[in-house]
Amino acid sequence: MSAFHIIVCGSLVPDPLQTLEPITSPTGPGLKNEAMLPAVLDPWAGHALYEAANLAKNNPGSKVWLVSLGPKAKLQQLMMTIAQKVPFELVAVDGSASGFTDPFEAANALSDAIAKIPGLDRSKLLVFGGCASASRDAGVTMQMIGEKLGICDQFLAVDELSTPGDGSLRILERIEGGRYQVSSCQGAPAVLAWATGKLPVPPNNPQVGMMNMRAIMPALQKAVPAKVGSEGVTFSSVEVPKQKRETRIVKDMPVDEIAREIVAWITA
Amino acid sequence: MNDHMNLKTLPGDDIRQIMWRFSERYDLQMVVQSARGVARGPVARLVANGGRNSHEWTEGKNDLLKTFDESGITALFMEPEEGGYIAGPKNLALALTAFELSWVDAGSATCSLASNLALSPIHERGTPEQKQTYMSRCVPPQPGENRTPWRGAFVLTEPLPYVGVDTSVLSGRVRIAEWNASGEPVIQVEKRGRFITGMGFANFVTVAVESDDSRIKGSCMVILEETDQGTFDRGVPTKKMVHQLSSTNDPSFNMKIPASRIIGGYTVKDGVIIPNYSHSEIIEAVFRRTRVTVGLMTSAKLLSAVEPIIRYQRGRFRGGQSATPGTPRYDQGLQQKEDALHRLVDIWATGEASASLGFAAARHFDAFDPLEREKDTICEAQGLKGRAQLRAFMKVQDEALEYIRLTGNSKASSDPKTMGRIEELRANTLLHYSVMDALAQVICPATKLWNTGHGATTMREAVSLMGGYGITEDCPGFLGQKWMDAQLEATYEGPEAVQRRQLSITMTNELFLAQMRQWIAELREIDAQYPEIGASAVGKTMELWLWTLDHLQKSKDANGKALYHNQRHGVAFAMADALCWILASRFQIADTLELRDKGMQSAADPEGMRGFVSFFTNLCHVQAARAAGEVSRICTELFHAYSNEASASGTQIEAFTEHRNQLDLCLRGARLSKDRAAQALTQVMIPEALDYPV
Repeated sequence: MSAFHIIVCGSLVPDPLQTLEPITSPTGPGLKNEAMLPAVLDPWAGHALYEAANLAKNNPGSKVWLVSLGPKAKLQQLMMTIAQKVPFELVAVDGSASGFTDPFEAANALSDAIAKIPGLDRSKLLVFGGCASASRDAGVTMQMIGEKLGICDQFLAVDELSTPGDGSLRILERIEGGRYQVSSCQGAPAVLAWATGKLPVPPNNPQVGMMNMRAIMPALQKAVPAKVGSEGVTFSSVEVPKQKRETRIVKDMPVDEIAREIVAWITA
Repeated sequence: MNDHMNLKTLPGDDIRQIMWRFSERYDLQMVVQSARGVARGPVARLVANGGRNSHEWTEGKNDLLKTFDESGITALFMEPEEGGYIAGPKNLALALTAFELSWVDAGSATCSLASNLALSPIHERGTPEQKQTYMSRCVPPQPGENRTPWRGAFVLTEPLPYVGVDTSVLSGRVRIAEWNASGEPVIQVEKRGRFITGMGFANFVTVAVESDDSRIKGSCMVILEETDQGTFDRGVPTKKMVHQLSSTNDPSFNMKIPASRIIGGYTVKDGVIIPNYSHSEIIEAVFRRTRVTVGLMTSAKLLSAVEPIIRYQRGRFRGGQSATPGTPRYDQGLQQKEDALHRLVDIWATGEASASLGFAAARHFDAFDPLEREKDTICEAQGLKGRAQLRAFMKVQDEALEYIRLTGNSKASSDPKTMGRIEELRANTLLHYSVMDALAQVICPATKLWNTGHGATTMREAVSLMGGYGITEDCPGFLGQKWMDAQLEATYEGPEAVQRRQLSITMTNELFLAQMRQWIAELREIDAQYPEIGASAVGKTMELWLWTLDHLQKSKDANGKALYHNQRHGVAFAMADALCWILASRFQIADTLELRDKGMQSAADPEGMRGFVSFFTNLCHVQAARAAGEVSRICTELFHAYSNEASASGTQIEAFTEHRNQLDLCLRGARLSKDRAAQALTQVMIPEALDYPV
């Protein structure tokens, strides 16, 4: 077994059930009432976090940090849910989590925060995150974090990670045609941006929550402000996506029929 | 504060945490999230799949127990040393959990609370050994532990004509079965239960019984285990039309158990077993807390109805030929109509007021619990029981009144001498206890009575706002089922008559009335600063109520009979009803002011926060006017309708009329507040879909 120091980069996105209405605000593009909408953990970051916790559990001596860039108050609300899922230590960075922030600035803030974590052993370091975000699909943030931290081994569409026990990594990444690319890596440090993972959302465990929260609350209070956003970026044109959303609640529809309907909806 | 700030979204957790005072309690915030996950996941799916359509305890319902265990809901009741995870009083924690579960289905809340109710007699009055044994058996297994947790049922209610409304009469019996000189007595327990929650799966029951043997004194509660010698018959499921996600049966027991199962233990004097606690003493300690939680179940229903109703109103005409996108008919639907909006404002305002009252009561019991234990220790050490204890409390009454007066005044001044005196008085446990107890004895029955009783009536209004949809199983938010459930909540754990009866006694306690007079002074100060919140109306309503109570207590009707009397329910119960309206409004205003004071400090969107404060202020004003109207009606009826020309003096009529006139004037602007709140409902952004299945 090998011990890993696993950093998970992940933050919040608006709850997808909410009405997400793009607007142009005085500070740039955004969502209507974004600051007041309830938020959830970005699903891609969720995969990364649950995989990290599982890896840590199966490799004694490992530790998980969640490095989150988001508005402090909203991060606190988010923690009340995810802190009950798996053990981790929070490193909070207080800044915008809007889908319109510049990924380079976000990567800068996150890599700076990672570099400052005391006791982090680079020889054991795995940097996890989502391959994309539910609020922005630029898909470049993890690469830039890796570059900033000087980590060359990067895997950017990970579905599965296995660790034979000698410190090496075996990684499955999805490629075109429903096939996987299998990579072997001698070991840490590495960046893994998760596409799906294979673990379900863990059930709540209040004991884990209480243990996590003892460190999370001070971490939130110590959150370093980070200047991220779209300041200085000129949007030569902003096209508000045409909203194409029809929410229906349907009971007992067969899967094939659901699939057929979705395809028809997309191609209409 | 601009009264025309927009309500941008529905209130989220950050708002509720401030209003209900748990923004500093991350343990409670996690409990809320955990309970919500269960409610809007497994519970909602079970209801949507027709889980309520059976009286039997099905596999699907049984699975909920495991879900409660895994999510921490079961262990919430226990202390950390027993396997729980929250230390100290848990009234607010349990109230929040029940609120979250009832947001979807209150039967699931009842199901989760049933074992707690069975454990409560042991928790409140059990011996250390009993507590250790049953708490640790009921706590869910930790990872790596291979153990099935125990479940319990609380067996008080019996088939008619006995226990129900009057809990002092029991037909369940206990007698000595064996008593060897050297050993522990073995007792025989016979009991038939009715409407017993959790009975379908309970491993043990806590049972109220009366002595049927001269060698056992009075009544007591005992613990029966399913493997004890004798009959442990779970009985048939009750065919109830509500709370179907909880198990309810009519069981029957005839068992032999060791006397050590008498809850709280016993002593033997002159060959007679004397239980340390009668069944009444135990159930009083239990119900004074759990009834608050039941009251909050109905509050959750009302507040959960808001979003589905708004969505229904807005989409009412969509799909028809006359409602094309961009037209008011399409965009606003029924929200073009003032009546639909005003009625929804009333529902929301009632929900807010009842939640404020209920959570204030839960917090009060959290503060009160340690004080009560301290009081018990002192009384035990000094041998104060029964009348001796009452005399001890009477002795501190004057100083308790001084304490209430000084604490009211101290808010305006910080005179060190006054503060010193307050501290000195507060240090007297019996005094402090008697002040807090006076309030506890009022706000607990008030929460149970008003939240559920008036809540059920208001829930009917919510159902009606959904049109025919409201009474279908498919109604989003399960509003039809919730309406029916509210009726059970008004009944179980002490029906409305029991609550009115308790209030009619406790609300005349001078220590409570003194606190109410302090509130009037506070409300005047609030009104001076925030005239739009309705504080003047609530303050004047309190004055009218106090004046009327005083008048009723001193006066006789046209036939010469005393007006205020324990058995004169037409008077005393009506005044109890009136008081509940006042209390709910008072605590609603307090919560809104808390949001006004603390909300801006942490607001992610200051403008959005101002919108919430503005909207909740309008709701307070609406509710205050409604409370004023109800109280005014009741007081007027009681003042005039028992008298004739000879029995009420001109001075009394003048004084009463003056109070009423002042109150009437305080209603100014309340309907404008309602208009503003209604307008806000047309603009508030709601989610695309409900976050639980239908």
